[in-house]
Amino acid sequence: MTTKLFGEPVQRREDPRLLTGQGRYLDDLGPGALAAAFVRSPHAHARIRDIDVSGALDVEGLVAIYTWEDLPGRAGQPLPLLIPHPALTHGRTAYPLAKDVVRHVGEPVVMVVARDRYLAEDACALIEVDYEFLKPVVGVEEALRSGNLVHEDVPDNVGAHMVQEVPSADGRGAAEAIEAAPYSLEFRLDIERSASMPLEGRGVYARWDADDHSLRVYSSTQTSTSVRMAIAATLGLPLPKVEVIAPDVGGGFGVKIMHPWPEEILVPWAAITLGREVKWTEDRREHFISSAHERAQVQQVKVGFDGEGHVLGLDVTILHDHGAYTPYGIIVPIITSTQLLGPYRIGAYRVEFSSVYTNTVQVTPYRGAGRPQGVFCMERTMDHISRHLGLDRAAVRAANFIQPDEFPYDQGMIFQDGRPLIYDSGDYPESLRMLKELIDWDGFPARKAEAAARGRRLGIGIGCYVEGTGVGPYEGGHVQVTSDGRVHVSTGLTSQGQGHETVFAQIAASELGVPLERVSVVTGDTRRFGYAVGTFASRAAVMSGNAIALACRKVREKALRIAADALEADPRDLSITDGVVHVAGDPRASIPLATVAVLSNPLRYAFDEEAKRATQFAGGGSADRPPIEEGDEPGLEGREYYSPIRSTFASGMHAAIVETDPDTAEITILRYAVVHDCGNLINPMIVEGQIHGGVAQGVGGALYERMVYDQHGQLLNASFMDFLMPYVTEVPAVETAHLETPSPLNPLGIKGAGEAGVIPVSAVIASAVEDAEDFPIDRMPLSPSELFDLRSRHGTG
Amino acid sequence: MKPPPFDYHAPRDLGEALAVLAETGEHGKVLAGGQSLIPLLNMRLAAPGHLVDINRIDPLDTLTATAEGVTVGALARHSRVERSSEAAAAQPLLRQALRLVAHPVIRNRGTVVGSLVHADPAAEMPAVLALLGGSVRLARADGPAREVAAADFFTGPLESALRPGELAVSAFFPALPPRSGTAFREFARRHGDYALAGIAALVTLDEAGAVGAVKVACIGVGATPIVLDLTGVEPDAVAHAVRGRIEPEADIHASADYRRHLAGVLAARAVDEANGEARRAFDHAGR
Repeated sequence: MTTKLFGEPVQRREDPRLLTGQGRYLDDLGPGALAAAFVRSPHAHARIRDIDVSGALDVEGLVAIYTWEDLPGRAGQPLPLLIPHPALTHGRTAYPLAKDVVRHVGEPVVMVVARDRYLAEDACALIEVDYEFLKPVVGVEEALRSGNLVHEDVPDNVGAHMVQEVPSADGRGAAEAIEAAPYSLEFRLDIERSASMPLEGRGVYARWDADDHSLRVYSSTQTSTSVRMAIAATLGLPLPKVEVIAPDVGGGFGVKIMHPWPEEILVPWAAITLGREVKWTEDRREHFISSAHERAQVQQVKVGFDGEGHVLGLDVTILHDHGAYTPYGIIVPIITSTQLLGPYRIGAYRVEFSSVYTNTVQVTPYRGAGRPQGVFCMERTMDHISRHLGLDRAAVRAANFIQPDEFPYDQGMIFQDGRPLIYDSGDYPESLRMLKELIDWDGFPARKAEAAARGRRLGIGIGCYVEGTGVGPYEGGHVQVTSDGRVHVSTGLTSQGQGHETVFAQIAASELGVPLERVSVVTGDTRRFGYAVGTFASRAAVMSGNAIALACRKVREKALRIAADALEADPRDLSITDGVVHVAGDPRASIPLATVAVLSNPLRYAFDEEAKRATQFAGGGSADRPPIEEGDEPGLEGREYYSPIRSTFASGMHAAIVETDPDTAEITILRYAVVHDCGNLINPMIVEGQIHGGVAQGVGGALYERMVYDQHGQLLNASFMDFLMPYVTEVPAVETAHLETPSPLNPLGIKGAGEAGVIPVSAVIASAVEDAEDFPIDRMPLSPSELFDLRSRHGTG
Repeated sequence: MKPPPFDYHAPRDLGEALAVLAETGEHGKVLAGGQSLIPLLNMRLAAPGHLVDINRIDPLDTLTATAEGVTVGALARHSRVERSSEAAAAQPLLRQALRLVAHPVIRNRGTVVGSLVHADPAAEMPAVLALLGGSVRLARADGPAREVAAADFFTGPLESALRPGELAVSAFFPALPPRSGTAFREFARRHGDYALAGIAALVTLDEAGAVGAVKVACIGVGATPIVLDLTGVEPDAVAHAVRGRIEPEADIHASADYRRHLAGVLAARAVDEANGEARRAFDHAGR
């Protein structure tokens, strides 16, 4: 690092644009485009007998109506199953438009294209679909029990079944270890559905150039490169003729890593077919019933432990609600299964999950992606053990921690990237010490007693997690210094507000020794960078950050070589500061990076004064050598890829103090403290912002949000009026402290931070409410009404 | 989420508005603040053939406070009434309730009279009107305006006595009687949400300073605001008395039992606070 930019709380460079209405979101584009709207199934499970579009044909401004029968070739095939897995024996995906059967309310059946969205919706309202009702399956236990099938050819509605088992050091299996343990407990845990719920929904806008036979698609996506490949493959277009761009994206949180969505195929196809620009902007109701949800699981836990709280055996059986389809495979329950172990070394572990189909919206990753459920399980288990033994909850956790000298620590399982689950670094005892100090853990009992004396009910809770971040396979970075001294950075993955324009520029500015203002960053535009995976799994900083750093180092090396020639100095004596290459010990010997960029590109034609220096009669270079050396390239630019052997493991611990109203059962979070370790910090302010946002979503999942399906598979609260996302008034101030244990796996020593905040919140709030109320909390979210019911049941109301 | 087609009317004066409403009858719908109507249209849950936008009729944007009470015109926004010190002096329950109506930006646009006509059983202003025994003035083109008492105005969930062709031009909220105090307590899942339950309370002391009359209006626990006379009920029996006289229903946010329990808790708190306010008024008048 040649400057201090890396690690500094640099202000977010994207904020002036985004906060003053200058952002360019999907619906800001293509004001003249035709509008698409969809007739979606009003039933959870039904067979389509007939579609009668005749009533809609008279709508003024109607352009086209499409059903499944209109879709050609691969567009009429089921959508891809993105992540196949041997345990996913019965993977099923939807057709872009329903073929014979609809399997959840909201599944698209008919696509309408009209002059504007109003008219398209008017036409949709006039299309009549005749359905034959089939019996809906709602709820995972119902799915296994009822005999009704979501997919006729999937017995018992089980799409996947998987067991992972890690024996204890002395070779015992979990059942045996639990049997032999001095103490054992069994309990059930429930977590309900929520959803990513970005404020900007999905959206696709497509332009077909009939002369050039090329397609440009804008999508509000977390992966423009993969959407591009899916569109090219499905519509049979040559890849170089397809461009996909993610404009400013108003939040993703996982739902936009799912792809291709039906609309990402249908809108470009309609644009090509009609030879017109077509746009579809998802509305909020569509987002609720036709995007994706997550979280719902039922967990059965058996645990054996000794008198100090050491976990000797843990057996967890998970029923995972996968909704109607499995396009994203079984990543979510795999992450739950593997990340459940958290910062602990336990005896024997066995985890079994069944991924079950129901007639509800499909389940794909939502920020945290299965970890909140796993952490809920493990942390509730720690609290159950503490309660059973009468031990301090922090002490029981500490007794089970992996110690700092045990890294790299192999948990003996296979992680979501198909690689061994090996933790790279961490310091869990120090993290706990910091958290206890931050929240005044040891002083709380006195505070609680004092409050109780005044009729107030307080409780404190704690939750720990380890998060595998920065999964592969790779990302790339391209860095170019142009002859005006500007630095252009591009990477293929997309941004949804994380602050990539800032942190990637910080990395480039630090590596190259240039002022931050001279660096610009482009993400998610396949015209600039074609190879990428996407923004998910807290991977952007780790993957693209390191790739950009490597690309910068390549550029720097070349710059120093050229500068050394020009200055007749040894490259090892050169450094770059403020965009100028200097010779150590000789303040007068220097050359601007801009000039180095000019010299890097031998020119025949001079287009300005500066460029004259690189032309053939300017006197540079040796007459005995070619202007471009073998193996070299013109220009001051570099492209590098970062591909890690495995994930890097961030960690954190949260604690909360809550108050529960003895009369109204209102739950108020009085304090919320976070200790977070994501290795070296690129920008502590942005990391804190990520944590705050994550905690806010976690509070939503813990106290407010749920998807309420009735027995018919109707989503009863598909609006922001009844799906209760917390407002700023419901989110506590978050107190944070950072611990930095650098990752040994990547050049920058960093780990991911994007999802961290959300992961343990339900576990922490459950722990705190349990402490306040003195009865077990085994189900989240928890509303005042449910707390009131629990009090009645436990006779403490 | 785009509304179905409708004809838009923007009358310039009351006469023109009433004429359009008379002509369109049950197909006409008045647009004032639009804070409930526009979402209903966009969700296609309402499909009136004609929208009659009254926002250009300035004479409806009135707020008058007298010794008798506060008269609120059809275009007076929540925020205007909330901020009016004259209105608060005449009837403090108005400001107490309006602070709980949704969020400031919604109060900047939504109207008090619109809220009354919308008649949501969980809304605050219908309860205020009902508790105080106020009234709504309904005008029509082909006859004299009629004044409908609150007791007759709220007829069911989202249903009022307003007939097709009529326009609610104003509402009247009686002033606070001497030696009286008011309070509004409610419990919402999130700040600004419709309450799971809420209580408006009015306590009046007798000339000797003893508690004379106690009345509450309950929201969120019935089809309309439920007014209960609790005169003579001991303070520690208020919660029980309220719970015994309401029949709340369960929904996705709260069980019926919880709502009943909550209404009792809030009633005790609201009556206690109103009692304190009444006591202060009594002491002030005595000095």
